[in-house]
Amino acid sequence: MNRAKIVVILLALVALLLPVALPWIKTPLILGTAFGIAALGISILIISGQISFGHAMFVCAGGYAVAFVSRQWPHLDSAWLLAVGATTGVILGIVVGSFVVRYRAIFFGMLNLALSMVLFAALGKFFNLTGGTDGLRLERAPFFGMNLERDAFESVLLVVGVALALLSGWLVQRYLRSVAGQALSAIKTNETRLEYVGISAYQTLWIGYIISATLCGLSGAIFAIAQGLVTPEMGYWVRSGEIVFVAILGGVGHPVGAFIGAGIFEFVKLFAAAYLTGAWQMVLGFVLIAMVFLAPRGISAMLEQRTTSKREDV
Amino acid sequence: MSQDIYILAVLDGLSYAALLFLVALGMTLVFGVMNIVNMAHGSFYALGGYMAATLGLWATAHGASPAWSLLILPLAAIIVGCVFGALMETSLMQHIYNKDPILQLLITFSAFMIFEDLQRLVWGTQPYFVSDIVNYLGTADILGITYTRYQLMVVPGVALVVFVALRSFLKLSSIGRQIVAVSHNREISTALGINVKRISLLTFVVGSILGALAGALASPTVSWVPGIGGEMIVLSFAVVATAGLGQIEGALVAAILIGLARSFTVYLLPELEVLIPFLIMVLVLLFRPQGLFSVAQSRRV
Repeated sequence: MNRAKIVVILLALVALLLPVALPWIKTPLILGTAFGIAALGISILIISGQISFGHAMFVCAGGYAVAFVSRQWPHLDSAWLLAVGATTGVILGIVVGSFVVRYRAIFFGMLNLALSMVLFAALGKFFNLTGGTDGLRLERAPFFGMNLERDAFESVLLVVGVALALLSGWLVQRYLRSVAGQALSAIKTNETRLEYVGISAYQTLWIGYIISATLCGLSGAIFAIAQGLVTPEMGYWVRSGEIVFVAILGGVGHPVGAFIGAGIFEFVKLFAAAYLTGAWQMVLGFVLIAMVFLAPRGISAMLEQRTTSKREDV
Repeated sequence: MSQDIYILAVLDGLSYAALLFLVALGMTLVFGVMNIVNMAHGSFYALGGYMAATLGLWATAHGASPAWSLLILPLAAIIVGCVFGALMETSLMQHIYNKDPILQLLITFSAFMIFEDLQRLVWGTQPYFVSDIVNYLGTADILGITYTRYQLMVVPGVALVVFVALRSFLKLSSIGRQIVAVSHNREISTALGINVKRISLLTFVVGSILGALAGALASPTVSWVPGIGGEMIVLSFAVVATAGLGQIEGALVAAILIGLARSFTVYLLPELEVLIPFLIMVLVLLFRPQGLFSVAQSRRV
């Protein structure tokens, strides 16, 4: 059993068992899991050498889709609501992706940022439909057919969230090891050669983009269900920056990185935000700069380094 | 009546285009030399506005005539450029030229986040609005429309002067030609004996001053609130991308195009205001992925 697997199991156990001792930590854990799923989506794009400063739009769209559906059919099961969020991510990812994956580097990042700002502005403007900047509330829906109290509901949501995180981490790993995933990382190393081999870079990146959008949509659904509220803030560029931050902090070498990053992020936010309310982004900025200079491959790279250096020894 | 609206839209559009052009000019200049799009460029715009407002308030408190604003505005821009621009170049940009493009993007994005909070810490969240200069210069009648002289003459005038000055600087002066050389090829410029490090610092400071100057010029006409830099970075990128990265003359045309289109939507279809600049950018990029005015570049395989 390698180190990464041990960390995955440890992380999942901590997430599931910690609330037994500290009940108040349940909500931060759910939000952290959701953040990790979104960061996992971003890390797929980072592997292809692209970075999106607008992926919070998929989180936001997923959340709003859940809110709309849940207000229309209040008794719809939360499991279905999660599916609604992910599906929104798929559809929006197909549409937006078909356009933005033609571009690289700064164009890719900026087009995503621009689109997310358009969504943010639109959500604030169309008051009748979206509730403007106040956002939309949603009632607590049944979960797996059970009508639960707040505490039990959150417990179920946490377990489901962790299960979804494990599942998506495993699927992403499978995907990255497949032909499509290997081609994706070739976009970063040398796109021209990839095209010479006869693989369409457009299609490869599009698939990656759709997967990343799906994960962000799912993450938005978890956010919406956990908080019972969606606001345009979910799609603000700072949120996109935070997702990128989490992905870089954790590192993209292994899917578990996204969740390590999310865990640290939520932890620091929990304690630091109380003292540094006005300087939160500044802290993120400085840490990000430090990461780029000191450990550009993120925390999860430490898990890997041992195994590769061992191989070199042999 | 409806004709008045069109004239008003044209005037608004041109005045806004002048600001957009200045910001985009700084961005495109920095990109040309460093091959990095500075995501924190919008912060210089915001900082320029705040600095101008602070200096303006200070001057008024000391009983200076509003006419001094004409000196204070560029001064504020120069201070911001020389302090924050130089600081960012020496502490960050210098160290990332050889890094992965994705990391370069992350660094400038981090700088953007830091600057955003810095503004909030220094200037708070309340809006700033120092418009003495606009009232002082009064209004002018043009084609039956009453319009402020400041927006009619000062803002576009400064933009045009800067454009002409920068063009002749790049074409005629020795340092200007060195900047052009570095933007063509860094390595060969170094081999030719150009101090690339110094040129990069200079370019970055000049680029920052241009961004800050636009902010300083805009600050008397709109109320200055946090988040204004974030909007500007995306808008000016839309201009730069529409023109083609590194294109100075193109940026002028694209700024006018986007400025006019935006002001017409403000008057005719206000709901679409935020959408229009991106719609233009998207349309241009769909047909000309490298922008309207870019020249073909060879790809390194």
